[in-house]
Amino acid sequence: MTNGKLYPTADQTVGPYYAIGMSYDGMEEVVPHGSVGSITLTGYVYDGNGAPVNDAVVEIWQPDAQGNIPQESGGIVRKVDSFSGFGRSGSDDEGRYQFTTVLPGATEEGKAPFFAVIVFARGLLARLHTRIYLPGPATDADPFLQRLEPARRATLIATPVEGGFRHDIHLQGEKETVFLAFN
Amino acid sequence: MQNDIPKGMTYPPGTPTQADMSAEIADIRENRPTSSDPNWGAHRTLIDYPPYRSSILRHPSANLELVDPETIELHSPAFGHRDVHWTEYDLTQQVNGEPQGERIVVTGRVTDADGRPARHQLLEIWQANAGGRYRQKKERHPAPLDPNFNGVGRTITNENGEYTFVTIKPGPYPWGNHQNAWRPAHIHFSVFGNQFTERMVTQMYFPGDPLMPLDPIFQSITSEKGQKSLIADYDHDVTVPDWALGYRWNIVLNGSNRTWFESVDGPEEEH
Repeated sequence: MTNGKLYPTADQTVGPYYAIGMSYDGMEEVVPHGSVGSITLTGYVYDGNGAPVNDAVVEIWQPDAQGNIPQESGGIVRKVDSFSGFGRSGSDDEGRYQFTTVLPGATEEGKAPFFAVIVFARGLLARLHTRIYLPGPATDADPFLQRLEPARRATLIATPVEGGFRHDIHLQGEKETVFLAFN
Repeated sequence: MQNDIPKGMTYPPGTPTQADMSAEIADIRENRPTSSDPNWGAHRTLIDYPPYRSSILRHPSANLELVDPETIELHSPAFGHRDVHWTEYDLTQQVNGEPQGERIVVTGRVTDADGRPARHQLLEIWQANAGGRYRQKKERHPAPLDPNFNGVGRTITNENGEYTFVTIKPGPYPWGNHQNAWRPAHIHFSVFGNQFTERMVTQMYFPGDPLMPLDPIFQSITSEKGQKSLIADYDHDVTVPDWALGYRWNIVLNGSNRTWFESVDGPEEEH
């Protein structure tokens, strides 16, 4: 302990059996499939050889379409009439994760909206934070994205596909996703 | 006459032994990154840690990009008693009968680095049974499953950030990282704090476990303080007479890596 700060607890991998403890019904549905305004957010998680990571956990946390931060409980057991903003998806044998959700709204003037994302996996010893932005003028003008080199910036911006967006996560390698540490 | 015990499995040629692995662990520990290394401040757990073979292709090579957290990241998903049934804290009462093994109580407090409690936040745990076997199809350890133990618990922290689980002390289990590799007994914890930046997953270990020095996953934390942060304390005040031994494990969340880097990892760490 220095400067009155408590020493933080260290991260460890979720390991191979996370699905025992981190699964619940409907965890990929931030909103119900087929509900008005819903989109699909999907993608693949890859390792440094480009091989699919079939035991990753991807979580998203987001404001609603109007930019409101969800404050009501119901992160696990959804309420029909409210929006919890949190979703979790375990990657499948092809490394694919998938969510049904809504577009995040903007929460700060002059900054683009995004999905806050955290990734865990067997073989990954500590959490990785990242963001998923959506293509468009707000993203083009975002001050954080502008400071990244174009190739790195591109790793944070989803690609439109029918019904929603695709966004791949590369844990390592040439297309390595930009991962974040917070000030 | 010699008593007969199994020989154990035969490993492909070239599979590292525990001695090889321990040498790799010692080498990294000796040359461990210091606070001048940008990756060090961000991850006290080394993510580039080859002794844990599965990590080799699964860690980013670039430095983490330092950003100001935005509004959504400064909030956390909300969980409550709607999400978790109040009985889920007790892993010994989830099936019909009592599981085999040593009943234990694990309790503690979840706070941020300033001691502010993570109130009404979700904790999820999972673990092997007393014989070291996880309830999952992929699991190959030839130890018995326990029909009365699923190894899964959840709870919501109280007003003070406190939590309590009742469970069975998990057994160590073998894994394929190297020859004769065994994980120390541990309980997996998934933790939410007051900000999404603090969200983490980790593992709690038991004091005095002789496998900790041998385990590449545990040793991916090279500082003594960091390692200690994952070991519960035996606490006789938590022990319940005639019923269960008690362990205390406090969890300190770290949303701002930089805060930790500058103020907690002082030079006293480097000894």
